[in-house]
Amino acid sequence: MKPILEARALGKRYQLGSRRGYGTLGESLGQRIGAMLTRRRADARRVFWALQDVSFDAMPGDVIGIIGRNGAGKSTLLKILSRITEPTTGAVDLYGHVGSLLEVGTGFHQDLTGRENVYLNGSILGMRRLEIARKFDEIVAFAEVEKFIDTPVKRYSSGMYMRLAFAVAAFLDSEILLIDEVLAVGDANFQKRCLGKMRDVSASGRTVLFVSHNLAAVESLCNRCLYFSNGRLEASGAPRELITRYLSADAAPTRTVINLASHAGRRSGCEPVMQSVSLVNADAGATVRMGGTLAFQVDFQCERGAIAPVLGLVIRNGYGHPVFGINNRIVPGYRFAAPSDAGSLICRVRDLPLMPGTYSIDLFLGDAYRDYDVVHDAISFDVVAADVFGSGRLPDAECGPICWPASWTYLPKQSVAAVEARSG
Amino acid sequence: MRDAAAATVSVHARPVLTIRPRPAIASLQLREAWAHRELLLFLTWRDLKVRYKQTALGAAWAVVQPLLPMAIFAATLGRIIGPASGTAPYAVFVYAALLPWTFFANAVTSSTNSIVGNANLVSKVYFPRLIIPAAAVLGATVDFAIGFAMLGGLLAWYRIPLHPHLLLTPLLAVLVVVLALGTGTLFSALSVKYRDVRHALPFVVQLWMFATPVVFPVTLMPPSWRWLLAINPMTGIVEGFRSAVLGLPFPFVPLAVSAGISVTLLIGAAWFFRRAERAFADTI
Repeated sequence: MKPILEARALGKRYQLGSRRGYGTLGESLGQRIGAMLTRRRADARRVFWALQDVSFDAMPGDVIGIIGRNGAGKSTLLKILSRITEPTTGAVDLYGHVGSLLEVGTGFHQDLTGRENVYLNGSILGMRRLEIARKFDEIVAFAEVEKFIDTPVKRYSSGMYMRLAFAVAAFLDSEILLIDEVLAVGDANFQKRCLGKMRDVSASGRTVLFVSHNLAAVESLCNRCLYFSNGRLEASGAPRELITRYLSADAAPTRTVINLASHAGRRSGCEPVMQSVSLVNADAGATVRMGGTLAFQVDFQCERGAIAPVLGLVIRNGYGHPVFGINNRIVPGYRFAAPSDAGSLICRVRDLPLMPGTYSIDLFLGDAYRDYDVVHDAISFDVVAADVFGSGRLPDAECGPICWPASWTYLPKQSVAAVEARSG
Repeated sequence: MRDAAAATVSVHARPVLTIRPRPAIASLQLREAWAHRELLLFLTWRDLKVRYKQTALGAAWAVVQPLLPMAIFAATLGRIIGPASGTAPYAVFVYAALLPWTFFANAVTSSTNSIVGNANLVSKVYFPRLIIPAAAVLGATVDFAIGFAMLGGLLAWYRIPLHPHLLLTPLLAVLVVVLALGTGTLFSALSVKYRDVRHALPFVVQLWMFATPVVFPVTLMPPSWRWLLAINPMTGIVEGFRSAVLGLPFPFVPLAVSAGISVTLLIGAAWFFRRAERAFADTI
C-alpha cells in the first residue's frame, strides 16, 4: 500500500532573541545597520532548530500518536503539516486533504450565537456552507445544545461551549486529520466523548495524527507512535514500547530526595526519626504507570536507641482523602534482622491499583508497638494512565480512585436452573 | 461518519499538496484564494455582525458616521471655505468627498489591524491569509453603500439635479476599493512585524486627509504644494466623486494617475504580503 503522507527531512529553524516576536521598525533598522557595519552573519548560537531532520510515512488508516516532552517539536510538526508555518528544510507529500484541529473552537466569537459560530467555525476549518448546512443537525445533536443554539455563546457554560466547538471539528471530512492536545480540555465525560469520536474516525479508515500528553489515550487509540525529543524523531514504533521509553527518559534525571528532618507536615510532638524520603521506582522517578510498582526509600536515624523499624504509609488522593494504607506491622515478616538506630527502609507497592492522578503519601515510622514519627504529605507522585486491561479502556474517574480487575462468569438460563437444582 | 460510504478513503495517485520551503518569489495562488471565497464572505459577515452588537443605535451608526463629520465641517469651515467651493452648498461639496474618503480611511484602518486582530486564526488554522485584509475591506464597503444611499437623500434635500456623470460612480467606487485593498494589504503585512504601524496609522490617515482635497477645493491648495495633490491617488477619486455629484468637469488626468498607482500598489502589496506571510505564524 502507498503512504498517504510522506515527510522527508523536515526541519524548522527559529531565530532566537529580539528578531523573534515583536519587532519595531527602529530596532530592525538598527540591527541592519549594525550588521552591515560589523559584517556579521546570523549568529549560529542564536539559531534554534525546533525540528530537525524528521522523516516518516503515514499509511491510510494509521492513527499515529505523537509523544514527547514540551518543546520536543510535536506542535511544530503539526503546524508544518497543517501549513500554518513553513518548514525551513525538507518537504511533505500529502496524498489526501488535510483537516487540522489545533485548538477547539478556533475563530469562535463570543457575541455570535451557537448557530452562527457553527457556520463560521466550519468555514474556517475548511467546510463548504452547504456541507455545514447538511451536517448542522447532527453537529448540534452531538453537542447537545439544541435548546441554546440561538443564544450567544458567551452565555454558554464552558462545557457547552467546548462540546459545540468539538462537534464542528468532529464532522470534518478530510482524509488526514491533525489533532493537537484537544482532549486536554473539558471534563472527564467530554474527554470520553472525544475519544469515542476519534475511535469512530479511525475506524472509518481515515488517517489521524494525534499529539497528546494523555498517554492512555495514545496507547489505546494509536497503532503507531512517533516519539520526539529535542526536535528530532527519536523513535517510531509500537505505542506501548515508546511510551515506556518516553516515561523513563522523561524522569531519569529528576530523582528528588525530600528532606524530612524538618518537614512542615510532621505531627506535632513527634521526634524527627525519618531523615529523608525518595522515590526509587526503576522506571520513572516521580511518575508511576497504572499497575506498575511504587517504590520509595526512607532513611531514618533514631536518637533514643536501636529499633526494629516499622514503616507505614497512607496514600491520599489529590483531594486529601485517604485511599489505602499499609504497614509492616500487619503484614507478616516485619521483623528485620537486627535492631539498629539508623538505616534505610525500602517499601514497594506492586501492581499499584490507582487511577491516574496525583497522590501524596503520609509516612509513619516506629517499632512493633508504636509510631515514633509521623509526617503527613511527605512526598507525592503521579500515576499515569496505562492500558492495564489491554482493552484500550479504563473505568470512569468518577468510579473512584481504585482500578481493580474482576472476572465474570456467565450462566445461561438453563445453567442457572441447574445450579439452583444442585444447590437446592 | 460510521456509515460504509465514509469508510472508503481513497489515496490520491498524485500528491494533493506538497509542503516545502517557499522560494523567495512565490505565486499569488489566487486560485486557492478563490476556492476560499466562502470564508471571505463568512469573515466579512462576522465583522459586520459583531461591529454593531450591543450598541443602542445598531446599524444606524453607519448612517451617522459620514453625516456627523459633514455637519461638523459645514458648521466650522463652511463660512471660510464655502465661498471658494463653487455654487453648490458646502455640505454637499464636503459629503461627496467624505463618502469615498471615509470608506478609504475605515477600510485601511480595519484591514491594517486585521491580521494582528485575527492572530488566533493565523496561528491555528491555514487558509490563504490575503482573505483577512480583503474581508476587512469588504466589510467597509457595506458602510460605503449605506453612505451612497444617504447621498441620494442629500441631493433630494438640496434639490440638486442628478447629473449623467453619476453613472461613472461605480467605476470610481471600484477604484477606491482597489486602492484601499492595496494600502490595507501592505500595512497589514507590515504591522505583523512592526507594531509601530498601528500606532502611526491614525496620524498617517489624518495627514493624508489634509493632503487630499476633501474639505477644501484644489484651488485653495498653495501652488507650491500642488505636486502633493498630483501624486496622491485619492485626489482623482475624491475629485471624481465631486464632479459626478455636482456635475463639474471630469478630472481625467488625476484619475488616470490614481488608477495607475492603485493597480500597481495592489499588485505590489499582494506580492509583498505573500512574501511576508511566511513568517506570520512565527512572529504574530
